[in-house]
Amino acid sequence: MAYAAGVDVGSTQTKAVIINEDREIVSRALTDTGANVVYAAENTYNEALTHGDIREEEVEYVIGTGYGRYKVTFGNAQVTEISCHGRGAVHMFPNTHTVVDMGGQDTKAISVSTNGEIADFCMNDKCAAGTGRFLGAASTALEIPLGDLGPTSLLGERPVKISTTCTVFAESEVLSWLGKGKKIEDILFGVHKSIAARSIGLLRRVGIEQEVTFTGGVARNVAMVDALEQGLGLKVNVSEDSHYMGALGAALFALDHILASRVPTKRKEAAA
Amino acid sequence: MTEHNGDASIVGRGNKDGAHLFRQWFTELNQTAEHDGRAAYVFVMGSMAELLRVFDLPIVFPEINSLQTAVRRVAHEYLNEAEDYGYSPDICGYVKADVATQLRGGQHPMGRIPKPSLAVYTNACNTYIKWAEIWERMYHIPIFTLDVPGTRAAGAQTWRGDADFENDRRYVAAQIKELIALCEEVTTVSFDIDRLREVMGYANIMNRGWKRVLELNRSRPSIFNAVTDGTIYLGVTNGFRGTATGANYFEALVEEMEYKAAAGIGTMTDEQYRLLFVGVPCYPIFRRFTELFTEWGGTFVNSTYLWFASGGTNLGFEYDLDRPIESLAEGILVSVRDAMDSMFFQDRILVEMVDTYAADGVVYHPIKSCRTVSTGLADNRRALMAARNVPSLFIESDMMDRRVVSEAQLKNRIDAFFEGLASRRQQAAIQQA
Repeated sequence: MAYAAGVDVGSTQTKAVIINEDREIVSRALTDTGANVVYAAENTYNEALTHGDIREEEVEYVIGTGYGRYKVTFGNAQVTEISCHGRGAVHMFPNTHTVVDMGGQDTKAISVSTNGEIADFCMNDKCAAGTGRFLGAASTALEIPLGDLGPTSLLGERPVKISTTCTVFAESEVLSWLGKGKKIEDILFGVHKSIAARSIGLLRRVGIEQEVTFTGGVARNVAMVDALEQGLGLKVNVSEDSHYMGALGAALFALDHILASRVPTKRKEAAA
Repeated sequence: MTEHNGDASIVGRGNKDGAHLFRQWFTELNQTAEHDGRAAYVFVMGSMAELLRVFDLPIVFPEINSLQTAVRRVAHEYLNEAEDYGYSPDICGYVKADVATQLRGGQHPMGRIPKPSLAVYTNACNTYIKWAEIWERMYHIPIFTLDVPGTRAAGAQTWRGDADFENDRRYVAAQIKELIALCEEVTTVSFDIDRLREVMGYANIMNRGWKRVLELNRSRPSIFNAVTDGTIYLGVTNGFRGTATGANYFEALVEEMEYKAAAGIGTMTDEQYRLLFVGVPCYPIFRRFTELFTEWGGTFVNSTYLWFASGGTNLGFEYDLDRPIESLAEGILVSVRDAMDSMFFQDRILVEMVDTYAADGVVYHPIKSCRTVSTGLADNRRALMAARNVPSLFIESDMMDRRVVSEAQLKNRIDAFFEGLASRRQQAAIQQA
């Protein structure tokens, strides 16, 4: 049994996934990326190996993805996280046609064709509005742990209007609402609605076609799932492994490579 | 011009001679500035070079001056200077770099730029008009707006013989006569219609050549990169329009490109993907931007930029030298309209380009600095995708301001685009097998 691995070096966190030939996840690991990107990739991958009780030589192919994909020095190849999130989402939810990936630094809207190809994609520009960083700013301003933002937001009833499109100014806008005596729950409700609205704007650019799958670290936030579903007017797929979707996609591409290397030459030439 | 011994030696001549002409042009502008000589400021969409040359007016393209500051990686100094002076960060980067050049007394990386004696511009870009007003205030010079009636609707370009066209032509011709009077007043040189015929004859050769060069890139492999090489040729179309030098250059360029096409000499050794480029290039990282595509085996076979920034001369319109004023009006009408349509009604043009250039993908590059070329690109893209099953990429940056150019983000999107192209090709091969 050969294994394939994907290592997703994101701006905030690094994720590693190891799969077997049946495309089942056998191990996963997650660490904060920090300043040393090379170390983060190695460390996370080693954690996944240890956790799965897998020896390094048993992993035949490793693909790096994410902004730090070229820092996965032990990797065999690199694939963008756009392709990887699309691939991972279709693997988890085969009827997926649209993917929204919300990470620490960027948000991606991805249109996937029926055969799993990336048909189109769109990302936020250099500004971090509408990304996980936006939630981080709200967390700091309101002094609420990141993990509590979602549940707290769901208690909100009258969302405030967050009008700024800048993460830096969002913090001051949040503080100004506090100064006006607004409830924290309503401010957070407004923050989630604002981020969802920006993400839906990106999704509209690629076209919203059901089913929609929500990936990335922010997908763990229940209020963000709710805000997206409310904004879209439809149910979105969320996997327990949504955070690992990029790494999973990379591992699936790695497995493709392993399997293709076993295909007789004539068939490979036809597919090349 | 570079001499050549045998066919193979002509490969690369267009780029080499183009770069040489560019330096020569700026050297001459520098000399004009040093002698405080007269110069006309014009723009790429409807430069009226044919007429201005009759009055021996050196021609200055502030758009080209500005983009040169970006290519030479000093644009940020000029932009900051204009912003410090009071211009908003949201104003066109070309305008701000020019304002800083004027504030510096014409000092520019390519030499000194002469002050304007006159500014001539069309309505092809709304910024042209407000930009010229800045020079009017700075130097108290006459400025002349040539109002070119648009085509009124997508694909509604009218032609000679059509009643609307004839009305529009008369309207433009009347304005040209006013411009002639103004040029005589500014230069004290009398208008010479035979000189105009001579200049228009050179422009005919250039127009014919430019059209042919663009068509020749339908070859597989493509014989020049429309973004990098094409921009050099574009510079010559603008800077040397209506000159013997410009005409000779394009005759030589056609010869080179026909040779390359016949011999199968491509711009890349291994052309994998043929792409179309929509918009204005990313000048702050000009070479690197193209490398992000060539690293994947992608080359640009055509670009809307080579159409609208050549003032619509891609059509190859040829003047009738027997009736120069009327024909100049026709040429301006047809070409400037085409330039405008190349910006605003791109979907039809791109559908045609996809088919005739066998394009594998289309790259849209809206830029922060220029609403004129960027607004509507998203709609145009949707229209193209509805008309043709061709992958497209939408990447945003700028033509001047490196503060809004993120190479890492551009690379990420471009890599994903090529991954999609590769996957698409692989799927198609599997289905065929």
